[in-house]
Amino acid sequence: MNSLFPNVQWETIWAATSETLYMTGMAVVATFIVGIVLGLLLFLTSKGNIWENKLANTIISSVVNIFRSIPFIILIILLIPFTKVIVGTILGADAALPALIIGAAPFYARMVEIALREIDKGVMEAAKAMGATTAQIIWKVLIPESLPALISGITVTAIALVGYTAMAGVVGAGGLGNLAYLEGFQRNHNDVTFVATVLILVIVFIIQFIGDFVTSKIDKR
Amino acid sequence: MITLSNVTKIYKAASGSVTAVDHVNLHVAEGEIFGIIGYSGAGKSSLLRLLNGLEKPTSGEVIVDGKDMGKISGSELRQARQQIGMIFQHFNLLWSRTVRENIAFPLEIAGVPKEERQKRVDELIRLVGLEGREEAYPSQLSGGQKQRVGIARALANRPKVLLCDEATSALDPQTTDSILDLLVDINQRLGLTIVLITHEMHVIRKICDRVAVMENGKIVEMGEVLQVFRKPEQPITKRFVKQVTEPEETKEAMAHLFDQYPNGKLVQLTFVGDSTEQPLITQLIRQFDLTVNILQGKISQTHHGAYGVLFVHLAGANDAIERALAFMRQQQVEVEVMASE
Repeated sequence: MNSLFPNVQWETIWAATSETLYMTGMAVVATFIVGIVLGLLLFLTSKGNIWENKLANTIISSVVNIFRSIPFIILIILLIPFTKVIVGTILGADAALPALIIGAAPFYARMVEIALREIDKGVMEAAKAMGATTAQIIWKVLIPESLPALISGITVTAIALVGYTAMAGVVGAGGLGNLAYLEGFQRNHNDVTFVATVLILVIVFIIQFIGDFVTSKIDKR
Repeated sequence: MITLSNVTKIYKAASGSVTAVDHVNLHVAEGEIFGIIGYSGAGKSSLLRLLNGLEKPTSGEVIVDGKDMGKISGSELRQARQQIGMIFQHFNLLWSRTVRENIAFPLEIAGVPKEERQKRVDELIRLVGLEGREEAYPSQLSGGQKQRVGIARALANRPKVLLCDEATSALDPQTTDSILDLLVDINQRLGLTIVLITHEMHVIRKICDRVAVMENGKIVEMGEVLQVFRKPEQPITKRFVKQVTEPEETKEAMAHLFDQYPNGKLVQLTFVGDSTEQPLITQLIRQFDLTVNILQGKISQTHHGAYGVLFVHLAGANDAIERALAFMRQQQVEVEVMASE
Protein backbone atom coordinates (compact mmCIF):
# COMPACT_ATOMS: atom_id res chain seq x y z
CA MET A 1 0.00 0.00 0.00
CA ASN A 2 2.68 2.46 1.01
CA SER A 3 4.73 1.64 -2.04
CA LEU A 4 1.74 2.28 -4.29
CA PHE A 5 0.84 5.59 -2.60
CA PRO A 6 4.14 6.82 -1.13
CA ASN A 7 2.89 10.31 -0.27
CA VAL A 8 -0.49 9.40 1.14
CA GLN A 9 -0.95 9.91 4.88
CA TRP A 10 -4.09 8.04 5.71
CA GLU A 11 -4.94 9.98 8.87
CA THR A 12 -4.94 13.21 6.86
CA ILE A 13 -7.08 11.53 4.16
CA TRP A 14 -9.70 10.38 6.70
CA ALA A 15 -9.75 13.78 8.35
CA ALA A 16 -10.29 15.42 4.96
CA THR A 17 -13.00 12.90 4.07
CA SER A 18 -14.89 13.58 7.25
CA GLU A 19 -14.63 17.33 6.60
CA THR A 20 -16.07 16.85 3.13
CA LEU A 21 -18.89 14.70 4.54
CA TYR A 22 -19.57 17.27 7.24
CA MET A 23 -19.76 20.18 4.77
CA THR A 24 -21.90 18.22 2.32
CA GLY A 25 -24.22 16.91 5.01
CA MET A 26 -24.81 20.26 6.69
CA ALA A 27 -25.24 22.04 3.37
CA VAL A 28 -27.69 19.40 2.05
CA VAL A 29 -29.91 19.67 5.13
CA ALA A 30 -29.95 23.47 5.00
CA THR A 31 -30.43 23.53 1.20
CA PHE A 32 -33.32 21.10 1.49
CA ILE A 33 -35.15 23.36 3.94
CA VAL A 34 -34.30 26.72 2.32
CA GLY A 35 -34.91 25.34 -1.17
CA ILE A 36 -38.34 23.94 -0.29
CA VAL A 37 -39.38 27.22 1.33
CA LEU A 38 -38.22 29.23 -1.69
CA GLY A 39 -39.71 26.73 -4.13
CA LEU A 40 -43.05 26.81 -2.33
CA LEU A 41 -43.03 30.62 -2.40
CA LEU A 42 -42.20 30.61 -6.11
CA PHE A 43 -45.00 28.15 -6.79
CA LEU A 44 -47.68 29.65 -4.55
CA THR A 45 -47.14 33.23 -5.73
CA SER A 46 -47.22 32.23 -9.41
CA LYS A 47 -50.21 32.91 -11.65
CA GLY A 48 -53.40 31.10 -10.75
CA ASN A 49 -52.19 29.89 -7.35
CA ILE A 50 -53.26 30.45 -3.77
CA TRP A 51 -50.99 33.43 -3.04
CA GLU A 52 -50.85 34.80 -6.59
CA ASN A 53 -48.69 37.93 -6.34
CA LYS A 54 -46.81 39.15 -9.35
CA LEU A 55 -44.46 41.49 -7.46
CA ALA A 56 -43.41 38.92 -4.84
CA ASN A 57 -42.99 36.28 -7.53
CA THR A 58 -40.79 38.56 -9.65
CA ILE A 59 -38.58 39.48 -6.69
CA ILE A 60 -38.04 35.90 -5.47
CA SER A 61 -37.56 34.69 -9.00
CA SER A 62 -34.91 37.38 -9.70
CA VAL A 63 -32.99 36.63 -6.50
CA VAL A 64 -33.03 32.92 -7.29
CA ASN A 65 -31.86 33.52 -10.84
CA ILE A 66 -29.03 35.84 -9.80
CA PHE A 67 -27.58 33.47 -7.23
CA ARG A 68 -28.03 30.53 -9.54
CA SER A 69 -26.08 32.30 -12.30
CA ILE A 70 -22.99 33.35 -10.34
CA PRO A 71 -20.20 30.80 -10.82
CA PHE A 72 -19.60 29.13 -7.48
CA ILE A 73 -15.92 29.98 -7.18
CA ILE A 74 -16.77 33.67 -7.64
CA LEU A 75 -19.68 33.42 -5.20
CA ILE A 76 -17.30 32.19 -2.46
CA ILE A 77 -15.08 35.22 -2.93
CA LEU A 78 -18.05 37.62 -3.08
CA LEU A 79 -19.39 36.18 0.16
CA ILE A 80 -16.12 36.51 2.14
CA PRO A 81 -17.22 39.66 4.06
CA PHE A 82 -20.63 38.10 4.77
CA THR A 83 -19.02 34.85 5.96
CA LYS A 84 -16.63 36.77 8.21
CA VAL A 85 -19.55 38.48 9.91
CA ILE A 86 -21.73 35.44 10.53
CA VAL A 87 -19.14 32.66 11.05
CA GLY A 88 -16.29 34.79 12.39
CA THR A 89 -13.63 33.27 10.12
CA ILE A 90 -13.11 32.53 6.44
CA LEU A 91 -11.16 29.33 7.04
CA GLY A 92 -12.39 25.84 7.84
CA ALA A 93 -15.43 23.76 7.04
CA ASP A 94 -17.97 26.01 8.80
CA ALA A 95 -16.80 29.00 6.80
CA ALA A 96 -17.71 27.16 3.60
CA LEU A 97 -21.32 26.59 4.63
CA PRO A 98 -22.85 30.02 3.84
CA ALA A 99 -21.47 29.94 0.30
CA LEU A 100 -22.50 26.29 -0.19
CA ILE A 101 -26.06 26.94 0.94
CA ILE A 102 -26.47 30.23 -0.93
CA GLY A 103 -25.04 28.57 -4.04
CA ALA A 104 -27.17 25.42 -3.90
CA ALA A 105 -30.51 26.55 -2.42
CA PRO A 106 -31.64 28.65 -5.43
CA PHE A 107 -30.72 25.78 -7.74
CA TYR A 108 -32.78 23.39 -5.64
CA ALA A 109 -35.62 25.93 -5.28
CA ARG A 110 -36.17 25.80 -9.06
CA MET A 111 -36.33 22.00 -8.91
CA VAL A 112 -38.87 22.23 -6.08
CA GLU A 113 -40.96 24.66 -8.12
CA ILE A 114 -40.94 22.31 -11.12
CA ALA A 115 -41.86 19.35 -8.88
CA LEU A 116 -44.81 21.28 -7.42
CA ARG A 117 -46.04 22.28 -10.86
CA GLU A 118 -46.18 18.61 -11.80
CA ILE A 119 -48.86 18.00 -9.18
CA ASP A 120 -52.29 17.53 -10.71
CA LYS A 121 -54.28 20.76 -10.31
CA GLY A 122 -57.36 18.62 -9.71
CA VAL A 123 -55.90 17.24 -6.49
CA MET A 124 -55.42 20.76 -5.12
CA GLU A 125 -58.94 21.63 -6.23
CA ALA A 126 -60.26 18.55 -4.41
CA ALA A 127 -58.45 19.59 -1.22
CA LYS A 128 -59.88 23.11 -1.49
CA ALA A 129 -63.36 21.69 -2.08
CA MET A 130 -62.97 19.74 1.20
CA GLY A 131 -62.30 22.97 3.05
CA ALA A 132 -58.54 22.58 3.54
CA THR A 133 -56.49 25.54 4.78
CA THR A 134 -53.40 26.65 2.88
CA ALA A 135 -51.18 25.07 5.55
CA GLN A 136 -53.06 21.77 5.17
CA ILE A 137 -52.69 21.94 1.39
CA ILE A 138 -48.93 22.48 1.77
CA TRP A 139 -48.32 19.75 4.35
CA LYS A 140 -50.89 17.17 3.24
CA VAL A 141 -50.96 17.65 -0.52
CA LEU A 142 -48.08 19.60 -2.03
CA ILE A 143 -45.15 18.09 -0.12
CA PRO A 144 -46.31 14.43 0.04
CA GLU A 145 -47.45 14.42 -3.60
CA SER A 146 -44.16 15.86 -4.88
CA LEU A 147 -41.88 13.98 -2.47
CA PRO A 148 -40.27 11.61 -5.01
CA ALA A 149 -39.32 14.58 -7.19
CA LEU A 150 -38.13 16.51 -4.12
CA ILE A 151 -35.90 13.58 -3.11
CA SER A 152 -34.45 13.01 -6.57
CA GLY A 153 -33.86 16.76 -6.81
CA ILE A 154 -31.98 16.89 -3.51
CA THR A 155 -29.91 13.90 -4.70
CA VAL A 156 -28.76 15.83 -7.76
CA THR A 157 -28.16 18.92 -5.62
CA ALA A 158 -26.18 16.91 -3.04
CA ILE A 159 -23.89 15.60 -5.77
CA ALA A 160 -23.38 19.14 -7.04
CA LEU A 161 -22.61 20.15 -3.45
CA VAL A 162 -19.83 17.54 -3.21
CA GLY A 163 -18.27 19.30 -6.20
CA TYR A 164 -18.79 22.68 -4.56
CA THR A 165 -17.01 21.52 -1.36
CA ALA A 166 -13.99 20.63 -3.45
CA MET A 167 -13.98 24.14 -4.91
CA ALA A 168 -14.44 25.62 -1.47
CA GLY A 169 -11.50 23.50 -0.37
CA VAL A 170 -9.21 25.32 -2.75
CA VAL A 171 -9.86 28.60 -0.92
CA GLY A 172 -9.25 27.13 2.51
CA ALA A 173 -12.34 25.25 3.60
CA GLY A 174 -10.58 21.93 4.11
CA GLY A 175 -11.83 18.59 2.93
CA LEU A 176 -10.77 16.36 0.05
CA GLY A 177 -10.70 19.20 -2.49
CA ASN A 178 -8.33 21.15 -0.28
CA LEU A 179 -6.12 18.09 0.15
CA ALA A 180 -6.02 17.30 -3.56
CA TYR A 181 -5.10 20.89 -4.34
CA LEU A 182 -2.51 21.56 -1.66
CA GLU A 183 -0.96 18.11 -1.21
CA GLY A 184 -1.65 16.69 -4.62
CA PHE A 185 -1.38 19.52 -7.11
CA GLN A 186 0.93 22.06 -5.52
CA ARG A 187 3.41 19.50 -4.20
CA ASN A 188 3.02 17.35 -7.28
CA HIS A 189 1.95 14.22 -5.40
CA ASN A 190 -0.31 12.60 -7.97
CA ASP A 191 -1.09 9.64 -5.73
CA VAL A 192 -2.79 11.96 -3.22
CA THR A 193 -4.89 13.52 -5.98
CA PHE A 194 -5.84 10.05 -7.15
CA VAL A 195 -6.93 8.84 -3.70
CA ALA A 196 -8.92 12.04 -3.09
CA THR A 197 -10.66 11.63 -6.44
CA VAL A 198 -11.58 8.02 -5.74
CA LEU A 199 -13.02 8.96 -2.35
CA ILE A 200 -15.12 11.77 -3.88
CA LEU A 201 -16.44 9.31 -6.47
CA VAL A 202 -17.36 6.86 -3.73
CA ILE A 203 -19.25 9.60 -1.86
CA VAL A 204 -21.12 10.56 -5.04
CA PHE A 205 -22.07 6.95 -5.79
CA ILE A 206 -23.34 6.42 -2.25
CA ILE A 207 -25.47 9.60 -2.42
CA GLN A 208 -26.92 8.53 -5.78
CA PHE A 209 -27.67 5.04 -4.49
CA ILE A 210 -29.44 6.32 -1.37
CA GLY A 211 -31.41 8.88 -3.42
CA ASP A 212 -32.57 6.32 -5.98
CA PHE A 213 -33.47 3.82 -3.28
CA VAL A 214 -35.57 6.30 -1.26
CA THR A 215 -37.28 7.66 -4.39
CA SER A 216 -38.33 4.21 -5.56
CA LYS A 217 -39.59 3.32 -2.06
CA ILE A 218 -41.89 6.32 -1.72
CA ASP A 219 -43.12 6.57 -5.32
CA LYS A 220 -46.52 4.83 -5.40
CA ARG A 221 -47.65 6.18 -8.77
CA MET B 1 -81.45 23.15 -0.33
CA ILE B 2 -79.85 25.02 -3.22
CA THR B 3 -81.14 28.26 -4.71
CA LEU B 4 -79.47 30.29 -7.43
CA SER B 5 -80.98 33.66 -8.23
CA ASN B 6 -79.90 35.55 -11.30
CA VAL B 7 -76.37 34.18 -11.13
CA THR B 8 -73.83 35.39 -13.66
CA LYS B 9 -70.16 34.46 -13.88
CA ILE B 10 -67.89 36.40 -16.19
CA TYR B 11 -64.22 35.49 -16.70
CA LYS B 12 -61.96 38.36 -17.63
CA ALA B 13 -59.20 37.37 -19.98
CA ALA B 14 -56.71 39.32 -22.06
CA SER B 15 -58.69 38.47 -25.17
CA GLY B 16 -61.94 39.83 -23.73
CA SER B 17 -64.42 38.61 -21.18
CA VAL B 18 -66.28 35.33 -21.35
CA THR B 19 -69.72 34.86 -19.85
CA ALA B 20 -69.63 31.31 -18.53
CA VAL B 21 -72.86 31.47 -16.55
CA ASP B 22 -75.57 33.84 -17.75
CA HIS B 23 -78.44 34.86 -15.44
CA VAL B 24 -79.18 31.40 -14.10
CA ASN B 25 -82.12 30.79 -11.77
CA LEU B 26 -82.38 27.40 -10.20
CA HIS B 27 -83.82 25.61 -7.22
CA VAL B 28 -82.85 22.15 -6.06
CA ALA B 29 -84.96 20.54 -3.35
CA GLU B 30 -83.53 18.54 -0.46
CA GLY B 31 -82.98 14.88 -1.37
CA GLU B 32 -83.32 15.52 -5.07
CA ILE B 33 -80.97 14.24 -7.79
CA PHE B 34 -80.62 17.15 -10.13
CA GLY B 35 -78.80 16.84 -13.45
CA ILE B 36 -77.26 19.56 -15.57
CA ILE B 37 -76.50 18.53 -19.13
CA GLY B 38 -74.64 20.45 -21.79
CA TYR B 39 -71.79 20.18 -24.24
CA SER B 40 -68.30 21.18 -23.15
CA GLY B 41 -68.00 24.93 -22.81
CA ALA B 42 -71.68 25.34 -21.96
CA GLY B 43 -70.77 26.64 -18.50
CA LYS B 44 -71.94 23.68 -16.45
CA SER B 45 -68.55 23.15 -14.85
CA SER B 46 -68.42 26.80 -13.71
CA LEU B 47 -71.97 26.54 -12.45
CA LEU B 48 -71.10 23.49 -10.33
CA ARG B 49 -68.05 25.25 -8.86
CA LEU B 50 -70.20 28.20 -7.83
CA LEU B 51 -72.05 25.82 -5.53
CA ASN B 52 -69.04 25.17 -3.27
CA GLY B 53 -67.40 28.55 -3.67
CA LEU B 54 -64.50 27.35 -5.82
CA GLU B 55 -65.76 30.09 -8.14
CA LYS B 56 -67.38 33.31 -6.99
CA PRO B 57 -70.37 34.70 -8.89
CA THR B 58 -69.86 38.02 -10.70
CA SER B 59 -73.43 38.87 -9.74
CA GLY B 60 -76.42 37.09 -8.24
CA GLU B 61 -76.83 34.92 -5.20
CA VAL B 62 -75.82 31.30 -4.58
CA ILE B 63 -77.50 29.89 -1.48
CA VAL B 64 -76.55 26.36 -0.40
CA ASP B 65 -78.01 25.05 2.84
CA GLY B 66 -78.80 28.59 3.95
CA LYS B 67 -75.33 29.97 3.30
CA ASP B 68 -74.48 32.55 0.67
CA MET B 69 -71.53 30.84 -1.01
CA GLY B 70 -70.64 33.96 -2.97
CA LYS B 71 -70.25 36.11 0.12
CA ILE B 72 -68.69 33.95 2.82
CA SER B 73 -64.93 33.43 3.01
CA GLY B 74 -62.18 32.21 5.31
CA SER B 75 -63.08 29.66 7.96
CA GLU B 76 -66.81 30.10 7.38
CA LEU B 77 -66.36 29.07 3.75
CA ARG B 78 -64.14 26.13 4.74
CA GLN B 79 -66.75 24.96 7.26
CA ALA B 80 -69.47 25.21 4.62
CA ARG B 81 -67.34 23.24 2.14
CA GLN B 82 -67.05 20.36 4.59
CA GLN B 83 -70.82 20.02 4.24
CA ILE B 84 -70.58 19.79 0.44
CA GLY B 85 -68.89 16.70 -1.00
CA MET B 86 -67.48 16.70 -4.50
CA ILE B 87 -66.40 13.96 -6.91
CA PHE B 88 -64.49 14.44 -10.13
CA GLN B 89 -64.14 13.01 -13.62
CA HIS B 90 -60.47 12.18 -13.01
CA PHE B 91 -61.05 11.17 -9.37
CA ASN B 92 -58.30 13.49 -8.04
CA LEU B 93 -57.07 11.04 -5.42
CA LEU B 94 -53.75 11.51 -3.65
CA TRP B 95 -51.48 8.86 -5.17
CA SER B 96 -49.19 8.99 -2.14
CA ARG B 97 -51.97 7.73 0.15
CA THR B 98 -53.66 4.36 0.40
CA VAL B 99 -57.43 3.94 -0.05
CA ARG B 100 -57.87 4.18 3.71
CA GLU B 101 -55.68 7.30 3.99
CA ASN B 102 -57.41 8.96 1.04
CA ILE B 103 -60.80 8.49 2.66
CA ALA B 104 -59.40 9.77 5.97
CA PHE B 105 -58.06 12.92 4.29
CA PRO B 106 -61.19 15.11 4.60
CA LEU B 107 -61.58 13.86 8.20
CA GLU B 108 -58.04 15.05 8.98
CA ILE B 109 -58.93 18.40 7.44
CA ALA B 110 -62.01 18.62 9.64
CA GLY B 111 -59.92 17.77 12.70
CA VAL B 112 -61.66 14.49 13.56
CA PRO B 113 -59.73 12.52 16.25
CA LYS B 114 -57.83 9.45 15.13
CA GLU B 115 -60.01 6.64 16.57
CA GLU B 116 -63.16 8.22 15.26
CA ARG B 117 -61.49 8.60 11.87
CA GLN B 118 -60.65 4.90 11.78
CA LYS B 119 -64.24 3.95 12.58
CA ARG B 120 -65.73 6.31 10.01
CA VAL B 121 -63.33 5.11 7.30
CA ASP B 122 -64.33 1.49 7.95
CA GLU B 123 -68.00 2.43 7.60
CA LEU B 124 -67.36 4.26 4.35
CA ILE B 125 -65.34 1.41 2.89
CA ARG B 126 -68.30 -0.90 3.51
CA LEU B 127 -70.74 1.67 2.11
CA VAL B 128 -68.94 1.90 -1.24
CA GLY B 129 -68.03 -1.81 -1.37
CA LEU B 130 -64.24 -1.59 -1.22
CA GLU B 131 -63.64 -4.19 1.49
CA GLY B 132 -60.24 -5.83 1.07
CA ARG B 133 -58.72 -2.93 -0.88
CA GLU B 134 -58.08 -0.66 2.12
CA GLU B 135 -54.30 -0.77 1.88
CA ALA B 136 -54.08 -0.46 -1.90
CA TYR B 137 -52.71 2.67 -3.55
CA PRO B 138 -54.80 4.45 -6.23
CA SER B 139 -52.41 3.27 -8.96
CA GLN B 140 -53.41 -0.32 -8.12
CA LEU B 141 -57.14 0.34 -8.56
CA SER B 142 -59.44 0.26 -11.60
CA GLY B 143 -61.31 3.38 -12.67
CA GLY B 144 -64.52 2.26 -11.00
CA GLN B 145 -62.73 1.50 -7.74
CA LYS B 146 -61.01 4.90 -7.83
CA GLN B 147 -64.38 6.60 -8.20
CA ARG B 148 -65.69 4.57 -5.26
CA VAL B 149 -62.81 5.94 -3.19
CA GLY B 150 -63.72 9.40 -4.48
CA ILE B 151 -67.33 8.91 -3.37
CA ALA B 152 -66.34 7.57 0.05
CA ARG B 153 -64.00 10.53 0.50
CA ALA B 154 -66.72 12.98 -0.53
CA LEU B 155 -69.13 11.45 2.00
CA ALA B 156 -66.66 11.28 4.89
CA ASN B 157 -67.83 14.42 6.70
CA ARG B 158 -71.51 13.50 6.26
CA PRO B 159 -72.28 16.28 3.77
CA LYS B 160 -75.79 17.38 2.86
CA VAL B 161 -74.95 17.96 -0.77
CA LEU B 162 -72.87 15.95 -3.22
CA LEU B 163 -71.55 17.60 -6.38
CA CYS B 164 -70.58 15.30 -9.26
CA ASP B 165 -68.34 16.74 -11.94
CA GLU B 166 -68.66 14.39 -14.95
CA ALA B 167 -68.17 11.61 -12.43
CA THR B 168 -68.71 8.77 -14.91
CA SER B 169 -67.32 10.27 -18.10
CA ALA B 170 -63.98 8.51 -17.75
CA LEU B 171 -65.55 5.10 -17.06
CA ASP B 172 -66.73 2.30 -19.33
CA PRO B 173 -70.51 1.76 -19.68
CA GLN B 174 -70.72 -1.12 -17.22
CA THR B 175 -68.71 0.66 -14.54
CA THR B 176 -70.74 3.82 -15.19
CA ASP B 177 -73.92 1.91 -14.37
CA SER B 178 -72.50 0.50 -11.14
CA ILE B 179 -71.35 3.95 -10.01
CA LEU B 180 -74.78 5.41 -10.89
CA ASP B 181 -76.46 2.66 -8.89
CA LEU B 182 -74.22 3.52 -5.96
CA LEU B 183 -75.17 7.20 -6.23
CA VAL B 184 -78.89 6.35 -6.20
CA ASP B 185 -78.31 4.03 -3.26
CA ILE B 186 -76.60 6.70 -1.14
CA ASN B 187 -79.17 9.28 -2.22
CA GLN B 188 -81.93 7.06 -0.84
CA ARG B 189 -80.08 5.80 2.21
CA LEU B 190 -78.63 9.11 3.37
CA GLY B 191 -81.19 11.52 1.93
CA LEU B 192 -78.36 13.31 0.20
CA THR B 193 -79.03 16.06 -2.34
CA ILE B 194 -77.04 15.36 -5.51
CA VAL B 195 -76.20 17.83 -8.25
CA LEU B 196 -74.43 16.32 -11.22
CA ILE B 197 -73.14 17.67 -14.50
CA THR B 198 -72.67 15.48 -17.54
CA HIS B 199 -72.79 15.43 -21.32
CA GLU B 200 -74.34 11.95 -21.37
CA MET B 201 -78.14 11.76 -21.51
CA HIS B 202 -77.83 8.17 -20.33
CA VAL B 203 -76.72 9.43 -16.90
CA ILE B 204 -79.65 11.85 -16.68
CA ARG B 205 -82.12 9.16 -17.74
CA LYS B 206 -80.85 6.63 -15.29
CA ILE B 207 -80.75 8.54 -12.01
CA CYS B 208 -81.99 12.13 -12.19
CA ASP B 209 -85.30 13.46 -10.91
CA ARG B 210 -85.02 16.72 -12.77
CA VAL B 211 -82.75 18.03 -15.47
CA ALA B 212 -81.57 21.42 -16.70
CA VAL B 213 -80.15 21.80 -20.19
CA MET B 214 -77.38 24.36 -20.52
CA GLU B 215 -76.19 26.13 -23.64
CA ASN B 216 -73.92 29.19 -23.81
CA GLY B 217 -74.14 29.77 -20.07
CA LYS B 218 -77.94 29.80 -20.00
CA ILE B 219 -80.40 27.19 -18.82
CA VAL B 220 -82.52 26.73 -21.94
CA GLU B 221 -84.80 24.02 -20.64
CA MET B 222 -85.57 22.54 -17.25
CA GLY B 223 -88.07 20.03 -15.92
CA GLU B 224 -88.88 16.50 -14.77
CA VAL B 225 -86.71 14.03 -16.64
CA LEU B 226 -89.67 12.05 -17.98
CA GLN B 227 -91.37 15.22 -19.25
CA VAL B 228 -88.22 16.41 -20.96
CA PHE B 229 -87.84 13.03 -22.61
CA ARG B 230 -91.42 13.02 -23.80
CA LYS B 231 -91.58 16.59 -25.05
CA PRO B 232 -88.16 18.12 -25.59
CA GLU B 233 -88.70 21.69 -26.72
CA GLN B 234 -85.31 23.12 -27.63
CA PRO B 235 -83.27 21.72 -30.55
CA ILE B 236 -80.33 21.03 -28.22
CA THR B 237 -82.58 19.07 -25.85
CA LYS B 238 -83.91 17.03 -28.76
CA ARG B 239 -80.37 16.18 -29.71
CA PHE B 240 -79.59 15.01 -26.18
CA VAL B 241 -82.77 12.94 -25.99
CA LYS B 242 -81.82 11.29 -29.27
CA GLN B 243 -78.56 10.11 -27.66
CA VAL B 244 -80.69 7.68 -25.69
CA THR B 245 -83.65 6.98 -27.95
CA GLU B 246 -82.32 6.89 -31.45
CA PRO B 247 -79.33 4.75 -32.20
CA GLU B 248 -77.35 5.47 -35.36
CA GLU B 249 -78.62 2.41 -37.21
CA THR B 250 -82.22 3.71 -37.05
CA LYS B 251 -81.30 6.52 -39.38
CA GLU B 252 -79.82 4.12 -41.89
CA ALA B 253 -82.78 1.78 -41.62
CA MET B 254 -85.15 4.67 -42.20
CA ALA B 255 -83.30 5.96 -45.24
CA HIS B 256 -83.54 2.46 -46.65
CA LEU B 257 -87.28 2.32 -45.92
CA PHE B 258 -88.01 5.63 -47.54
CA ASP B 259 -86.53 4.09 -50.68
CA GLN B 260 -88.33 0.82 -50.29
CA TYR B 261 -91.76 2.22 -49.43
CA PRO B 262 -92.24 5.52 -51.18
CA ASN B 263 -95.87 5.35 -50.08
CA GLY B 264 -97.17 5.36 -46.55
CA LYS B 265 -95.73 7.08 -43.51
CA LEU B 266 -92.88 6.57 -41.10
CA VAL B 267 -93.98 7.39 -37.58
CA GLN B 268 -92.13 7.77 -34.32
CA LEU B 269 -94.26 6.89 -31.31
CA THR B 270 -93.20 7.95 -27.83
CA PHE B 271 -94.74 6.26 -24.82
CA VAL B 272 -94.35 7.39 -21.26
CA GLY B 273 -95.21 5.61 -18.03
CA ASP B 274 -98.39 3.51 -18.17
CA SER B 275 -98.96 4.01 -21.88
CA THR B 276 -95.95 1.75 -22.52
CA GLU B 277 -98.14 -1.18 -21.55
CA GLN B 278 -101.02 -0.61 -24.02
CA PRO B 279 -101.49 -3.04 -26.92
CA LEU B 280 -101.51 -0.10 -29.33
CA ILE B 281 -100.23 -1.88 -32.43
CA THR B 282 -102.81 -4.66 -32.12
CA GLN B 283 -105.59 -2.08 -31.89
CA LEU B 284 -104.17 -0.27 -34.90
CA ILE B 285 -104.20 -3.32 -37.09
CA ARG B 286 -107.67 -4.42 -35.95
CA GLN B 287 -109.39 -1.07 -36.30
CA PHE B 288 -107.81 0.29 -39.46
CA ASP B 289 -107.05 -1.24 -42.79
CA LEU B 290 -103.31 -0.80 -42.50
CA THR B 291 -100.06 -2.69 -42.81
CA VAL B 292 -97.88 -1.92 -39.80
CA ASN B 293 -94.21 -2.60 -40.04
CA ILE B 294 -92.16 -2.25 -36.86
CA LEU B 295 -88.71 -0.90 -37.60
CA GLN B 296 -87.18 -0.29 -34.25
CA GLY B 297 -88.32 -0.19 -30.67
CA LYS B 298 -86.76 0.61 -27.36
CA ILE B 299 -87.88 0.97 -23.80
CA SER B 300 -85.67 2.93 -21.40
CA GLN B 301 -86.11 2.95 -17.67
CA THR B 302 -85.82 6.37 -16.04
CA HIS B 303 -85.68 7.11 -12.35
CA HIS B 304 -89.46 7.79 -12.50
CA GLY B 305 -90.90 5.15 -14.81
CA ALA B 306 -90.48 3.74 -18.27
CA TYR B 307 -90.10 5.59 -21.47
CA GLY B 308 -90.48 3.88 -24.87
CA VAL B 309 -89.87 4.79 -28.46
CA LEU B 310 -91.19 2.85 -31.44
CA PHE B 311 -90.52 3.51 -35.08
CA VAL B 312 -93.21 2.06 -37.36
CA HIS B 313 -94.07 2.24 -41.01
CA LEU B 314 -97.79 2.59 -41.87
CA ALA B 315 -98.96 1.64 -45.33
CA GLY B 316 -102.51 1.85 -46.66
CA ALA B 317 -105.04 4.36 -47.92
CA ASN B 318 -104.24 7.95 -47.02
CA ASP B 319 -107.42 8.58 -45.06
CA ALA B 320 -106.93 5.35 -43.11
CA ILE B 321 -103.47 6.54 -42.13
CA GLU B 322 -104.81 9.93 -41.06
CA ARG B 323 -107.50 8.31 -38.92
CA ALA B 324 -104.95 5.98 -37.39
CA LEU B 325 -102.72 8.91 -36.46
CA ALA B 326 -105.65 10.73 -34.88
CA PHE B 327 -106.52 7.60 -32.90
CA MET B 328 -103.00 7.23 -31.60
CA ARG B 329 -102.82 10.86 -30.55
CA GLN B 330 -105.78 10.21 -28.26
CA GLN B 331 -103.93 7.40 -26.50
CA GLN B 332 -101.39 9.44 -24.48
CA VAL B 333 -98.80 8.68 -27.10
CA GLU B 334 -96.59 11.29 -28.70
CA VAL B 335 -96.79 10.83 -32.47
CA GLU B 336 -94.28 12.31 -34.83
CA VAL B 337 -94.48 11.72 -38.58
CA MET B 338 -90.98 11.42 -39.95
CA ALA B 339 -90.24 13.26 -43.16
CA SER B 340 -88.02 11.74 -45.79
CA GLU B 341 -84.80 13.64 -46.14
